Amino acid sequence: MSTPHSRMDGRFDFLHIARWIRENERVLDLGCGDGALLSLLKREKNARGYGVDLDAKNVAACIRNGVNVLQFNLERGLSGFEDNSFDHVIMSLSLQTVRHTVPILKEMLRVGHEAVVSFPNFGFAPHRAAIAAGRMPVSRHLPYQWFNSPNVRFFTIADFEALCAEENIVILECLSFADGAFITDDPNLNAEVALYRLGRPDLTA
Amino acid sequence: MKSSSVGQVTPKKAYFDAPIALKSGAALPEFSLAYETYGELNAAKSNAVLVCHALSGNHHVAGFYDPANKKETLGWWDNLVGPGKPLDTRRFFVVGVNNLGGCHGSTGPRSKNPATNRPYGADFPLVTVEDWVAAQARLADSLGIDTWAAVIGGSLGGMQALQWTLAFPDRVRHALVIASTPRLSAQNIAFNEVARQAILSDPDFHGGHYYAYTDDQGEEAIPRNGLKLARMVGHITYLSDSQLAEKFGRRLRHGKHRFHYDVEFEIESYLRHQGDKFACIFDANTYLLTTKALDYFDPAFEYDGNLRLALARARANFFVASFTTDWRFSPENSRELVYALLHNGLNVSYAEIDCPAGHDSFLLDDPCYHAALTAYLEGISL
Repeated sequence: MSTPHSRMDGRFDFLHIARWIRENERVLDLGCGDGALLSLLKREKNARGYGVDLDAKNVAACIRNGVNVLQFNLERGLSGFEDNSFDHVIMSLSLQTVRHTVPILKEMLRVGHEAVVSFPNFGFAPHRAAIAAGRMPVSRHLPYQWFNSPNVRFFTIADFEALCAEENIVILECLSFADGAFITDDPNLNAEVALYRLGRPDLTA
Repeated sequence: MKSSSVGQVTPKKAYFDAPIALKSGAALPEFSLAYETYGELNAAKSNAVLVCHALSGNHHVAGFYDPANKKETLGWWDNLVGPGKPLDTRRFFVVGVNNLGGCHGSTGPRSKNPATNRPYGADFPLVTVEDWVAAQARLADSLGIDTWAAVIGGSLGGMQALQWTLAFPDRVRHALVIASTPRLSAQNIAFNEVARQAILSDPDFHGGHYYAYTDDQGEEAIPRNGLKLARMVGHITYLSDSQLAEKFGRRLRHGKHRFHYDVEFEIESYLRHQGDKFACIFDANTYLLTTKALDYFDPAFEYDGNLRLALARARANFFVASFTTDWRFSPENSRELVYALLHNGLNVSYAEIDCPAGHDSFLLDDPCYHAALTAYLEGISL
């Protein structure tokens, strides 16, 4: 899996992710793109980070940016990673590109004490309007046409929270954004992007 | 920037008069290592990179010997090493070394045994990857290199890079382990055993003391057929099925089936040619002991097979690369190494290169492969 979005678009969420990371943490970034987030976390938090990306160009870019990168295919899962070997396992704007949604979320919470996930909200009002007008949504965070999209899962904030409840995944914190600004009023309708900090029931008691 | 060649080079030789104790329990009273260097060692001696060779390689990594025969005398990793190349000799001081037991200038089976004044032949002790690295450390001492900026190698060379980080954790800052493995599989050992049996059963082998014999033309007897067969079977395993299909397919030498045992298919011609060529430039005893060094290498052996424990000593930063079509040293082996390095909290980057050329991909200049290597080597501080 490679990062389908330019990380420039995602950069505003990096700052929010960085606030959730403590000093000297071990961080695994799945679909790490050019390594910009890990580079930021290394600089700001002295984090020891590893990125995972399948795209050869991203691998070279990460190495150029001084970031550890592993060219693994996430569809094969995280089975080689040991339990609790990271403080945070992050997947920024990539969950919608992974076919095995529940297994990857479970794996992230096995390998990491906590998981951080961000994704484009398909329930965003302009997307609903596009569907109502008879076309699939195309926007800044969903820049693809239906026939060339790397996205394989289409879900809203409400869908995601329902899945978490069903799978016993604890939502520790949630932030929603549109145009880089916080959305608090009906995020499922008004947010373009959602950012979650997730935990396991056994660690959050 | 356009890359260029390091130009004409001349091999050097370092002689060591202190004995070296080998892992097998044997020892060599003295030894020499043939080596080459490219670029300049900086004042801080912080820019030295050791290139370790694989089964058929040697110290002639880059440049050429004969300006009139550049192509024929080109170093085996010339596409990697030179001004403006991934291992840039304007920045790094690069050292290539022929391993102990080699047949291109370092002390090996063809060398004179000081105890008998005759070639060692079969009496040359089995050497291991650990012994090679210990000998390379002597060379580093003699060159005034306390710490390598990097040790790099492909295949068996990658094993040496890994071994450096275990034997001398403080003397190597970066290890580049390419198309390699922390241990051979049973299948790999099996291929090596076929190669060895081909040599050992050649009537011209004479128990390994063939240097003392002449053949019926009065030439020095060498187990040419055995070595040729060994190379042929090895060569098949270094290439991928799809690559052979593309290069040769079922193409016939004569355009029709002739129903004989001479060359019928082009692949047969190619393999025979490769085998013959190799038998002229390589020593059968060196081939034998090198395949054994491959088989024995297993840092986890003393840790009940636990590679993660075995690597606890390592301090280096790692670059690991494998090739998707390499079935001899498959990506799975490299991933196992990567996970063991992760377990020990070491810095590691891993590239799994989509290249059709099988194990030998590591010798080619696939753009993604060289881009990753270049990026990594540029990031090494001096």
